[in-house]
Amino acid sequence: MTIVPTLKKDYIYKLAGQGKRIDGRAFDEYRPIVIEPGIIRKAEGSARVKIGNTQVVTGIKMDVGEPYPDTPESGVITTSAELIPMASPDFEAGPPQEDAIELARVVDRGIRESEVIKLEELCIEPGEKIWIIFIDIHVIDYDGNLFDCASLASLAALYTTMVPAEKFDLGDDYPLPMRDEPPISCTAAKFNDAVVFDPILDEEEIAEARLTVATDVNGDIRAMQKGLSGGFTVEEVKKVIKGAVVNGREIREKLWDSVKKAKEEKGE
Amino acid sequence: MAGNAEEIKLIDENGRRVDGRKPDELRKIKIEAGVLHRAEGSCYLEWGGNKVVAAVYGPREAIPKHIQDPVKAIVNARYNMAAFSVEDRKKPGPDRRSREISKVTSEALERVIITDLFPRASIDVNIEILDAEAGTRCAGLTAAAVALADAGIPMRDIPVACAAGKIGAEVVDGKVKGGCIVLDLCKEEDNYGNADLPVAIAPRTDEILLLQMDGHLTYEEFEEALELAIKGCHIVSKLQREALLRKYQPDVEENL
Amino acid sequence: MPPPPMRKVVLPGQYLGDSRYLKPGRGTFIEKGKIYAMVLGVFERKGNIVQVIPLKGRYNPVIGDFVIGIIEEAMPSSWLVDINAPYPALLHVSETPWEIEYGDAEKYLKTGDSIMAKVLLIDAERKLQLTLNDRNLYKIRGGHIIDVEPSKVPRIIGKRGSMINLLKRLTRCRIIVGQNGRIWIDGDDENIAKLLLAIRIIEEESVSYGLTDKIERLLKMMT
Repeated sequence: MTIVPTLKKDYIYKLAGQGKRIDGRAFDEYRPIVIEPGIIRKAEGSARVKIGNTQVVTGIKMDVGEPYPDTPESGVITTSAELIPMASPDFEAGPPQEDAIELARVVDRGIRESEVIKLEELCIEPGEKIWIIFIDIHVIDYDGNLFDCASLASLAALYTTMVPAEKFDLGDDYPLPMRDEPPISCTAAKFNDAVVFDPILDEEEIAEARLTVATDVNGDIRAMQKGLSGGFTVEEVKKVIKGAVVNGREIREKLWDSVKKAKEEKGE
Repeated sequence: MAGNAEEIKLIDENGRRVDGRKPDELRKIKIEAGVLHRAEGSCYLEWGGNKVVAAVYGPREAIPKHIQDPVKAIVNARYNMAAFSVEDRKKPGPDRRSREISKVTSEALERVIITDLFPRASIDVNIEILDAEAGTRCAGLTAAAVALADAGIPMRDIPVACAAGKIGAEVVDGKVKGGCIVLDLCKEEDNYGNADLPVAIAPRTDEILLLQMDGHLTYEEFEEALELAIKGCHIVSKLQREALLRKYQPDVEENL
Repeated sequence: MPPPPMRKVVLPGQYLGDSRYLKPGRGTFIEKGKIYAMVLGVFERKGNIVQVIPLKGRYNPVIGDFVIGIIEEAMPSSWLVDINAPYPALLHVSETPWEIEYGDAEKYLKTGDSIMAKVLLIDAERKLQLTLNDRNLYKIRGGHIIDVEPSKVPRIIGKRGSMINLLKRLTRCRIIVGQNGRIWIDGDDENIAKLLLAIRIIEEESVSYGLTDKIERLLKMMT
């Protein structure tokens, strides 16, 4: 474990007390976001997203399989995340630990509960054959805020995914049926009574508590996850939700722009 | 080496391969050094349809203590394919093939890294294949070498890898006939070809650091393939060095 | 193949000269009478000694070096200290100005504390020991610590301190540079922001000529 010098923590706290952050951003400001869909040719869908220096690549693979017994006419999603050793000196090789599992499950819930993928259109033969979507999140550079980066990479990948029907003799390939209103996940961290959005690594390392909120186009809340062992006041939670709605809107636009551009380049 | 060679003409009358290349032509390669923020050294490499990221941490104290070598650093290369990098999704985690490639890669790198400068330490190399299209172990080792130089790891040379192979041979009356030695097999050639020979060298001395063969070659064919692979290695070696200098040698004009 | 001209970036395995006429310095090795670069670095020739100054890599400790360390663990009569080297360093209670009872080490320095220390000795197994027994060595309070590539430290200090004195003068910050790539700074927020920017530029352009002038112009512009 890399030890954070107490001095650094004190300095970040001091700045927070003056309404400042270690990298000069405002409390509700995100780092530059770069979204690049379609970078992996072997995958049915993919995207690389950078938020500041944090970098995540998500790949979508699809296969034909059996439906779950209680949803015989619905496609299936399965999400996994890997915090690979190259992303941080503190990540170890091996099966996913609780951080990777939490990341996968939070991203999965955000996508599943919002029903942004039209799973009901992914039935091939009721009760027998449906499409399975594998969402694989590959974290390659960790500088804070994996939840938002992984979520965004997964959405950008899904919106540019082509169902590989030809491969299974089920007709021509077609775009994965998606709803147009993705909830966007926004994460805030709390330290020394300051609540900041898009925490950079230095801030995450000293954060007492973390809150991720996914909001939709109407400003409604679609998913929430509180992390770390500190606490939030009710007021702080409300502030985070408001900030998540505002930032969510901006990020959703960026997502649309990049997806549109990727589709144009492919000639769809 | 499964597949029916008769169905796919791997090399035509004009000596052009399925992707239009001549027998001694490499696929397109792009190399960029120093691409990650946390890792001490890193490299992004595209080779044909392959997309690879390599990263280095170290030298750092080898943990757990019992794996430490009292006189030198251990080189720990980990080759991994992302689940989405292949045609049929691969379950995450190392399989036997990945572990074998990790081993031969570690051994190749260990030969050029000056490990006795760092007893009890480990040099950790992470190779991730994000998009796979034949020749991933050569692409991976080549990227790892650039990442090691980028990390400031002391080495005797910058290792490089390239594969050669044989395609287009047919079995007629129980005998193998025809076929052609080619450089840098692409996916179809890997699937339907007759032999695959990945080679890694230390380019300054042509010392062989990694050598594997799979398929069927006569002695003469092997000699030809090895020579071709080494030639390919030298071309790629130049690209590695250019990538590092692009990152670290500022514009000459600026200095004057 | 001719050896490279001055101030040129060289790569591992690159030929630098013949050992019949030249002597191998740091960052180089000899093979069959020829001298080669060992690391990615800048080629330098001093008289008939050729050497390579590394551009990247962890801190390589030298006895007597002034370093900024972070306490990793407090043990009954010593501490394990992170100094950004391949190996953690040890600080023994006897090498501090305090009278510490056995088991009380943690009361004086605990995990996360930062210290200005000196490399006391390096044993055959590369194990390091530090000392705090000197006038200018102490436990650090206040300010901020940043990490830079250890190989950039000479550039941040400059010839005979030219760069660091310039930085101190134009940002009015207190700056203490550890050989291990850790820099302690203290000042008002605006000046610290300017200083951080200047340091990042020095890091990125360390191989360029005329860097001191460029930094001076930049800092004057920001005032």
